[in-house]
Amino acid sequence: MIRYALTRLTLLVVGLFVASALIFFTLRVLPGDVAQLIGGTQASPAQVEAIRLKLGLNEPLLAQYASWMGGVLRGDLGNSMLNNASVSAELLQKAQVTVPLGLMSLTVALLFAIPLGVLSAMQRGRTGGTVISFASQTLAAVPVVWAGMMLILVFAIWLGWFPTTGFPRQGWDDPWAAFRALILPALTIGIIEGAMLLRFVRSASLQAIGQDYVRTAAAKGLTRNQALIRHGLPNVGLSIVTVLGLQIAGLIVGSVIIEQLFTLPGIGRMLVTDVGNRDLIKVQGELLVLTGFILVIGFLVDLFHRVIDPRQRESA
Amino acid sequence: MSEIAARPVAARARWHWLRQLWRLPTGRFGLITVAVVGLVALVSVFWTPYDPISIDVNARWQLPSLAHLLGTDGTGRDILSLIMGGARTTVFVAIGSGIIASVFGIVLAALGSLTPRWARESMAVFIDILIAFPVLLIAMMISSVWGGSLWVVIWSVGIGFGVSIARVTRPELRRVLQSDFIVAARSSGLSNTQVLWRHLLPNIAPVFIVQLSWSMAVAVLAEAGLSYLGYGASPTEPSWGVLLANLQAYIGIHPLAAVWPGLAITITVLGLNLLGDALREATDPTLSRGRDPLHPPRASIRHVPEVIS
Repeated sequence: MIRYALTRLTLLVVGLFVASALIFFTLRVLPGDVAQLIGGTQASPAQVEAIRLKLGLNEPLLAQYASWMGGVLRGDLGNSMLNNASVSAELLQKAQVTVPLGLMSLTVALLFAIPLGVLSAMQRGRTGGTVISFASQTLAAVPVVWAGMMLILVFAIWLGWFPTTGFPRQGWDDPWAAFRALILPALTIGIIEGAMLLRFVRSASLQAIGQDYVRTAAAKGLTRNQALIRHGLPNVGLSIVTVLGLQIAGLIVGSVIIEQLFTLPGIGRMLVTDVGNRDLIKVQGELLVLTGFILVIGFLVDLFHRVIDPRQRESA
Repeated sequence: MSEIAARPVAARARWHWLRQLWRLPTGRFGLITVAVVGLVALVSVFWTPYDPISIDVNARWQLPSLAHLLGTDGTGRDILSLIMGGARTTVFVAIGSGIIASVFGIVLAALGSLTPRWARESMAVFIDILIAFPVLLIAMMISSVWGGSLWVVIWSVGIGFGVSIARVTRPELRRVLQSDFIVAARSSGLSNTQVLWRHLLPNIAPVFIVQLSWSMAVAVLAEAGLSYLGYGASPTEPSWGVLLANLQAYIGIHPLAAVWPGLAITITVLGLNLLGDALREATDPTLSRGRDPLHPPRASIRHVPEVIS
């Protein structure tokens, strides 16, 4: 187990380095002249030179990368090109919206996908099962923006239960208002992500139904559904843990778009704004944090999977 | 003689999967949807009921009528024409990113399976790292440098899904490489490229086409999402995502107008997803139909598009 964890950890570290290099060099090599890009077409050569000096762009690329990474390792992602504000500080502040939003979306997705997925497997071939599969297929095809717009229309405009957009100015100092502002966004992401998760749960449950141990349990007098719930579900849980790593990426992407739709001051909206401003230092920091997060979750999922699945432990 | 007789049989076998596809309700829905979207896109090149960008201040926010089947938007543009034009953009993006994803995916998969051991093992690790970059983040990365455009969408979906294709086809390639006929082909003097082209690719084609169908679904969602964010189609290009962004502010007053582009995206994506599912079912003989609980569908890992837009 420890050996596996160490190998996997090495892989994670390599992954983080490769990802950081990919981000850094894409943002440095693609534009040609970064200083000109930041200065815009209006900038005079002297201004462009000043930007170049300020950002250390005259240094060799590798040295620039090393100095950026040196900062990253100390938790310093550099400063904004526009207003010189610390990128790490802003990310931490925006995380107060994005992290709760992600957790709430995940909760919605799991609460909705697991029971319905198992149910649709149990009802397979009957009307109920067909309706659930068809609905989940359709929901998985709905663009998240549009889903958000429709939820705003029904629950915010027509019923008036939630604010249409925005986040309270005082943030989590007013916990109820902050929570209320995140409900509709979380529902939107959760339902769409949950629809995809549901299909996994369904096929994992179908697979469990066919296993020998479920048949044995059924032979000992349980009904097939009881056997599935008591003996099959732990295995369904395993495959859910596996796909959770993939779902995290979906949650992040969903939150980028949904924060824009609901004008929530989170990391996703920050990224969209900074890409528009071509604030490359901020963009590279944000991209590193987001992909790093996906890689770390993948690592944790693999480790967790190893811990809870005895079969994998023995084969090691 | 015998060769002439064998030819029609071979031809029939080659198109057998298509008939199989048509027999599945999901396959039929997928094929019809894709055909309709393609046809609408083609027609829109030559004809739309109105000019999709012509503004008519007298006809703002009209409800659906005979003159404007789906109504008009806040500047009096005909929504049906905008949707038809948007179909063209969608098809363009889907095909473009499909081509890039295929090329990129095959190159990565080939590098990860046909090369010496150290190279293909590091390639496998590299592919696993690239998976952590969702399509939308790749697109934001390119947009921050070059600004947004449809080409950015095409490239980022192409690269993003190329990696997924590589991840799925690489083990498949490795598996086929073990077969006797590959050993035979190798020993009769074929080079790596020849083996790849003549023997490997035809054998992984089913897996590949299925992935391609799903990658096009992702492309449609990505185009809509990125255009909505302002990094895809320009505001003057007809696009379903741009249309959604324009109608968003008026959703409370004119909800019906915003329904159409969303429906168009949903149906197209659903069609491509179901087509992929059905293709897999039609081309994979080992996949049972899942009627018998003792032999449920084999594949437990289904496709998860990284972009939900």
